[in-house]
Amino acid sequence: MKILVPVKRVLDYNVKARVKADGSGIDLANVKMSMNPFDEIALEEAIRIKEKGNAEEIIAVSIGVQQNQETLRTALAMGADRAILVVATDDVQNDIEPLTVANILAAICSKEKPSLILCGKQAIDNDFNATAQMLAAKLQWSQATFASEIEVKKDMIRVTREVDGGLQTIDAKIPVVVSVDLRLNEPRYASLPNIMKAKRKPLEEISPADLAVEMTQRLKVIKTKEPNSREAGLILENIDQLVEKIQENVGG
Amino acid sequence: MNILVLAEINDGELAEDQTSKTVSAASTLGKVDVLCASNKCADASKKLAKMENIENVLVLEDDLFTHSLAESYSDTLLDTIRLYSHIFAPSSSFGKNVLPRIGGILDVMVVSDISKVISEDTFERPVYAGNAIQTVQSIDKIKLISVRTSNFDAVPLNGTANIKNLDYKCSNNLTTFIENKIQASDRPELTSAKVVVSGGRGVGSKENFEIIEGLADKLGAAVGASRAAVDSGFAPNDWQVGQTGKVVAPDLYVAVGISGAIQHLAGMKDSKVIVAINKDEEAPIFQVADFGLVDDLFKVVPEIEKKI
Ligand SMILES: Cc1cc2nc3c(=O)[nH]c(=O)nc-3n(C[C@H](O)[C@H](O)[C@H](O)COP(=O)(O)OP(=O)(O)OC[C@H]3O[C@@H](n4cnc5c(N)ncnc54)[C@H](O)[C@@H]3O)c2cc1C
Repeated sequence: MKILVPVKRVLDYNVKARVKADGSGIDLANVKMSMNPFDEIALEEAIRIKEKGNAEEIIAVSIGVQQNQETLRTALAMGADRAILVVATDDVQNDIEPLTVANILAAICSKEKPSLILCGKQAIDNDFNATAQMLAAKLQWSQATFASEIEVKKDMIRVTREVDGGLQTIDAKIPVVVSVDLRLNEPRYASLPNIMKAKRKPLEEISPADLAVEMTQRLKVIKTKEPNSREAGLILENIDQLVEKIQENVGG
Repeated sequence: MNILVLAEINDGELAEDQTSKTVSAASTLGKVDVLCASNKCADASKKLAKMENIENVLVLEDDLFTHSLAESYSDTLLDTIRLYSHIFAPSSSFGKNVLPRIGGILDVMVVSDISKVISEDTFERPVYAGNAIQTVQSIDKIKLISVRTSNFDAVPLNGTANIKNLDYKCSNNLTTFIENKIQASDRPELTSAKVVVSGGRGVGSKENFEIIEGLADKLGAAVGASRAAVDSGFAPNDWQVGQTGKVVAPDLYVAVGISGAIQHLAGMKDSKVIVAINKDEEAPIFQVADFGLVDDLFKVVPEIEKKI
């Protein structure tokens, strides 16, 4: 079985996003960028599946600017076997929409023929939570979203999903697109020898045109603004004051 | 313009709050039709027909929809969906699962998790864990929109919608439901509760979490948790509040032993009043709290419970 893992380069989750003064977006110049945390979890799961002998090859794919190479090198150092970089823009401020990402990934799948695609459930920048579902639809495959447990069986996988009421288990026919949630696993760190080895692993660079995918943008971002901010309030002296405040605001 | 809302129904039970608030968001643009697809529709369709601003309740009774698996939204049902200019669903695990799949089939980009309807093609939505609000305009012929329900009020229940039966055969030969592990609870639902008491890593253990639950029960509140508390096994996953958990906006949110990471704030900073209890006066939660107490939660929480 071949596993495909799309990985996105995003503003590091520890860095506070700053809205640009002209309202055109979030400032991504000279800030720390990292692999989307959910994609790290997806990749970790792919590596574990391969380590158990249930997969032969892991391909990491990243779509965006040239610098996404770094993200792919990280993926290779963690344990992906090879990488595909789709250079879709030269402007880091230009976020590629999930629908376009799904089109690009679907085109790659028709060539690579993976049986399992493991995606992060959402990118922590645009928070869309859509790529995996759109990709599954484009490929007419089964989908298993928000996975917190995955068991690979013969022709299907059993996935436990985090849903609003608790947990739901489903069986999904292979080939399948899975989107992963936070509690699936804890991603490993790449070791130094593996980081060195990763430099020699194959990293292919292509463009959307090579895949005959048209770059469209269905959602125009009109403006980006700061959310309503909250002011720090009052630090109370004692429990009685706290009880009073709670009582004032319960059912009030 | 014609608008369709996908009602959330789990095994015959209408998710009333989520669906009503989605109808409310959608009906800022006009009257709406609602799709009531489930294994048992009698009860849900009656409740839907009473919601204001609904013109038609479209009933599709089929065991295929018992657990709303995304692949079931297929075949002739899609031909109906395609006739609408706007399709709304709650941004719950149901809507997040189903709506983008429909988008993939129709080749339409989904506008996820909107917090405001500006016009028929323009919406506001939070990005970067709520650290920015984006105004986006959709150029797609069909608009697919999931709604952050905590930003909208429920609709009044004085409607008189028509109930119409759809006669479609949908299919799903890709996924099979195995089981649900869903804790029944007498507490109010987290996303619609007026008061939420949440515990974080500071609570220390599953046993200690009972003091959070005790206070919540005293206040008639729902119980929430930080990711750290859920990951450590103190609380079940469906209690998680935050960027990747539930988004809540109660009248009162009490954060106990929670530091206030951006990802947690993303899920609760629209609460009317925030109260924080933390022994670290530097904890970022105090920067958003209306009232804070710097003290040991193990001393404070039981005492509050006693005094209320
Ligand atoms: C991609 C991603 C998504 C995430 N999504 C979410 C999400 O949806 N929701 C979420 O909550 N987090 C999320 N996180 C995690 C988030 O970054 C924080 O790690 C998490 O919120 C921390 O939880 P906490 O405040 O309980 O723990 P900590 O940060 O460890 O804070 C514990 C607090 O308890 C206090 N404390 C300890 N003992 C006591 C005591 N006896 N009395 C009083 N106070 C005490 C401490 O002073 C401290 O402030 C996400 C992270 C990532 C990377």
